[in-house]
Amino acid sequence: MDLESQKRILELTEQNGAENMLVILGSSEGESAGLSAETVTAGDPTYAGPLAGVSLGLRVYHICEAEIKDEIPSDLYEEQVGMMEMVMDVDSIAAEMQNIRSQHSKF
Amino acid sequence: MNSVIKAASYVLMHTPDMIIHNGSTPATERIVAPDSEFLKKLPASIRSYDDVLAYAPNQTYIGNMTPAELGKIEQPWYDKKIDAKREGKFGEIMPEDEFILLMQICDVFDLVLLDKDFVAATKDKFAAGPAVTPEMAARVKEGHDAADIAKLVEKEHSEGLYFNGKLIGAVKRAHDIDINLSAHVIHENLVSKAGSVLALRHLVQNAGIDASEIQYVIDCSEEACGDVNQRGGGNFAKAAAEIAGLSNATGEDVRGFCAAPAHAMITAAALVKSGAYDCVAVTAGGATAKLGMNSKDHIKKGMPTLEDVLGGFAVLVVANDGVNPEINLNIVGRHTVGSGSSPQAVTSALVSNALEQNGLKITDIDKYAAEMQNPDLTKPAGAGDVPLANYKMIGALAVTRGEMEKPALATFPAERGMVGWAPTQGHIPSGVPYIGFCREEILAGKVKTAMIIGKGSLFLGRMTNLFDGVSFVIQANSGDSGASAVGEAEVKKLIAQAMKDFAMSLMGQEEK
Repeated sequence: MDLESQKRILELTEQNGAENMLVILGSSEGESAGLSAETVTAGDPTYAGPLAGVSLGLRVYHICEAEIKDEIPSDLYEEQVGMMEMVMDVDSIAAEMQNIRSQHSKF
Repeated sequence: MNSVIKAASYVLMHTPDMIIHNGSTPATERIVAPDSEFLKKLPASIRSYDDVLAYAPNQTYIGNMTPAELGKIEQPWYDKKIDAKREGKFGEIMPEDEFILLMQICDVFDLVLLDKDFVAATKDKFAAGPAVTPEMAARVKEGHDAADIAKLVEKEHSEGLYFNGKLIGAVKRAHDIDINLSAHVIHENLVSKAGSVLALRHLVQNAGIDASEIQYVIDCSEEACGDVNQRGGGNFAKAAAEIAGLSNATGEDVRGFCAAPAHAMITAAALVKSGAYDCVAVTAGGATAKLGMNSKDHIKKGMPTLEDVLGGFAVLVVANDGVNPEINLNIVGRHTVGSGSSPQAVTSALVSNALEQNGLKITDIDKYAAEMQNPDLTKPAGAGDVPLANYKMIGALAVTRGEMEKPALATFPAERGMVGWAPTQGHIPSGVPYIGFCREEILAGKVKTAMIIGKGSLFLGRMTNLFDGVSFVIQANSGDSGASAVGEAEVKKLIAQAMKDFAMSLMGQEEK
């Protein structure tokens, strides 16, 4: 995950408390979504950014996961994400996200 | 009349020592984790020049293989060697020692100092290079004592130049205080300038013209040159034109992150179509910071560090000659401030909006070229197959718009696209690597229309959160150079009709 994004997530978490945070990802494939999810839960796996060694354990979902999709008005979702959903391997992304959450998410 | 694409050139420069010393990923690691395993493993992961030549995507970049031929080789490509050639029909893959000498001749402020033994051992080899003119060879300066160079690096804040792991030169800072003229910045800028010079020399050769015929040069790389009072003052274009011997050219720099080459091509086509200039070169050198950018992931997966070359390219846009492929400026896609950032908004802005305005569908364009990054480099880094993702999005948009049936989505990438082969040098992969092949395929009648798409991440500069992109269409020449398109008799007839219409309109007004 981009070092600047890590810094902003860390700052927002310090301001609002980890229990009040929800991170929504938009990566186009499972592996990169998993790496980002790992960064905001277990810590930066590349040990390059502000979240290296910092386990925030945040709630993290991908925009195409049912838990998030169901919260969004369907016409808006279709307009903003519909086309990408046709292109993305949603099952592989959801499996990767579930895997990271079950291991590292504290909420 | 539309302008045409007369020639294109593509060059790579293999710079293994610069990966370690100047790549942003290793440089960052040296600050945050100087004893890391990654830094220990990095040198052994770097490929030799021969291996870089034998790498199929590199041979594709310089024109020895077509993208279709590359696509037939099973991925990954890094573990398969092919016929290794330095030169291709579009350009060459230059070794590091010669490139360092090219940097030296691009320096006009005595900021690049090289070891005297290194210069002696390299200058004849450099002069014999396929694109080096006698004038360029004559610019090579004699070298200095090794002790003086070591002192510059250790005590004078100079940036070291290395070959085979040995210090063989230094780039001095151009000012004691001004960080805009630091040794790091001067090094980065000279690398970019040198890559552009090499691309321009190959362009002149490929076009079969005299260098003096080029009137205007547009540099579209991603570096900035200037000093404390004008940090991005610019004109890499004219600086490179000088060394490349384009004596009648001036120029400008066009910036826009990875979208800059597409912006520059549209600018060049418009300048030629308007009649301001007849012969414009678009050019760019490479970016040292991006060397080894994803090397952590490559090494973690047991692969070589694949981001080991700098990229450069140049395209010559000239007045319509009735033969070469035209740039159709009626079909220009643009992502505007108000376009929105969702993938469908971006793809609509860049692809379908401009086509629709011209009564065309997505399926009316034969080939698309967007971000042509080599998937060997991006997939292990978790960024996926970037060209494939672009083709899927364009295909999905065609389905959404009812221009194509959903089952056709599966074959859309292979039919309308190609695999990626360009190094991850930011602006280098951005649609333009296809222009050379596109010109040939259109001239051979295999392709009639192609859309080149440039996309840029403006938010990286922290001045806006916006994304950017533009696109344009290259099409077969109509065969009409305009020289005798309309005969004298027809012109008289048109004028007579216009005067008649004017008179009728006046009469009509009086009647009211």
